[in-house]
Amino acid sequence: MDQLLQHLLNTLVLGGTYALLGIGLTLIFGIMNVVNFTHGVLYTFGAYMMFIVVHQLGVNFFLALPLSIVAGWLLGAAIEIVLLRPLRGSDIDTTMLVMIGAWIAMQSGALWIWGGVAKSVDNPFPDAPLVLGPVSVSWLRLFVLAAAALLIVIAYLLINRTKLGKAMRATFQDHDTAALMGVNVSWIYTSTFAIGSSLAAAAGALLGPVYVIFPQMGDLAAVKAFAIVILGGLGNITGAVIGGFILALAEELGAGYVSSGYRDAMGFLIIIAVLIFKPTGLFARAERVG
Amino acid sequence: MNRLATLFCLAIFMSVPLWLTDPYLLNALITTGIFIIGAMSLNLLLGFTGQLSLGHIAFFGIGAYVSALTSLGFDVPIVGDFHIVHVPWPPIAGFALAILIAGFCGYLVGRLSFRVRGAYFVIVTISFAEVVRLVALNWVDLTQGPLALTNIPSITIGLPGLGYLVLKTKLQNYYLVLAVAALAYFLISRLVHSHYGRAMRGLMENETLAVAVGIDVTKTLTLAAVISAGIAGAAGSLYAHYIRIIDPDVFAFISTVTMVIMVVSGGKGSLAGPVIGGVIFGLLPVFLRPIMPPEAQWITYGCVLIVILFVLPRGIVPTLAPLLGLQRKPGSTSRKAVEEGA
Repeated sequence: MDQLLQHLLNTLVLGGTYALLGIGLTLIFGIMNVVNFTHGVLYTFGAYMMFIVVHQLGVNFFLALPLSIVAGWLLGAAIEIVLLRPLRGSDIDTTMLVMIGAWIAMQSGALWIWGGVAKSVDNPFPDAPLVLGPVSVSWLRLFVLAAAALLIVIAYLLINRTKLGKAMRATFQDHDTAALMGVNVSWIYTSTFAIGSSLAAAAGALLGPVYVIFPQMGDLAAVKAFAIVILGGLGNITGAVIGGFILALAEELGAGYVSSGYRDAMGFLIIIAVLIFKPTGLFARAERVG
Repeated sequence: MNRLATLFCLAIFMSVPLWLTDPYLLNALITTGIFIIGAMSLNLLLGFTGQLSLGHIAFFGIGAYVSALTSLGFDVPIVGDFHIVHVPWPPIAGFALAILIAGFCGYLVGRLSFRVRGAYFVIVTISFAEVVRLVALNWVDLTQGPLALTNIPSITIGLPGLGYLVLKTKLQNYYLVLAVAALAYFLISRLVHSHYGRAMRGLMENETLAVAVGIDVTKTLTLAAVISAGIAGAAGSLYAHYIRIIDPDVFAFISTVTMVIMVVSGGKGSLAGPVIGGVIFGLLPVFLRPIMPPEAQWITYGCVLIVILFVLPRGIVPTLAPLLGLQRKPGSTSRKAVEEGA
């Protein structure tokens, strides 16, 4: 029982960051219809930005987090403008192959710049964990959970309550009508991709200090993000949040009670199971944005 | 491709060991040839049905492991004292089993994912490859995990009246790979020119219309997946018996990307495309290796893929064939017209 409680607590921490990854990808894959293989690279990028800002620039840990997110936003915007804008109107396969090329180039770039040796990011929290009866959790992980929750709320408000969010939803529902209503469609594409990318970078920046960072860390994150999006239903923000927590739970329980070697197989098994039994995802598309 | 031109190319490939004796280059050609077989099988799916299998290396790796384990034998505990024991079989049986089992996996993946196509198929195939890699890594009793399967025997073929021939040297393996590649090329060419092939292209171009004229979508796509996976399995088996050591790294995602680059650069949906793209990108590392580190090579690969998609979106063969005056038939190029005109 105590062990189960501990797993549930870990699920909360992990699920928060998975939800961020999922929201980011559901914007890009679910709404923009771009099979975004650079999502994992942005996750890696966020983690390395934390490392650079904290260790090489000597900036405070709490300030490094928003800086990493902004860096992710900028990189996402750059990818959209350089690679996707010229391809607008091409078929989904061409875009996907271009994103695969970008993924390989950027991931190898990370390997070239920072080397394959795993790095860790120092954090200002005490080493001793917080003990709550039978379970314990490190202060860093609690901070990660709180920050992820805050970012999820911000993303939700941004998409559902702001003018930008409304323009985004309008653009991907009916591109031409939105343009006629005065929406700068081109800019909406760029900002949607950039927001999705910044959320991936945020997830990397939060989980990087918890684990270690290395250039290939984003590969699994990308596939997990796809699992979350498929689980939650394409374009469904709430579905992505719930999908993130379900994946985290499956991983925690799988690692705890089956075999830790197959922990990372859970995401793939979820994808396969969802596509067999409920290809539209667990949640109806009624709330679908776009 | 026209029969005469195909035979001409085959003759060139057959003559290579006569004028190229450098063992390093011959080795590069053999591994390139093995990957070209993989790329041809990928092209059957990507180029003729429009479905991108981004976990294609799984079928290749399954072929490699099945073939290696068949010829090495194993003793795997299942429950308690119950073991599954397999005594070594000749490698050629492994080769056949590799095709069958990889083909069966293609059937499973096809049945599973062709209800939802496109991006979903891509993600299912990636997931499948990752799960298979994790099994190869963690089922140590069967696969030795990261310790690798070693001492895989070379392929032996029985020649009537001449006894047995062990294909150990590079020269022998070159011709073995060439023979399998030619056979795979012939098989794929026959398939895409049959009514199944027309059904596949019909599906790719207009699914609604294809269904309306009575094409069974799932059956057609699954057939393509089975044959594609089987050929990839054959390539994996050749790889295992040539390299003679395999570990879970055989499932590396970058190998799938290499095959995708070979197909896309050469021209998807063109029979000769993967061969041309494969020769270029299979041998490119040989020239890049002395001048740049591996990371820079991969950066180059990624950038080249992007540039090709921007500059030659249809690929080298379909773009260059008309420019060279080669008459282009659907999905192939013909040199006969030129020769007849001359």
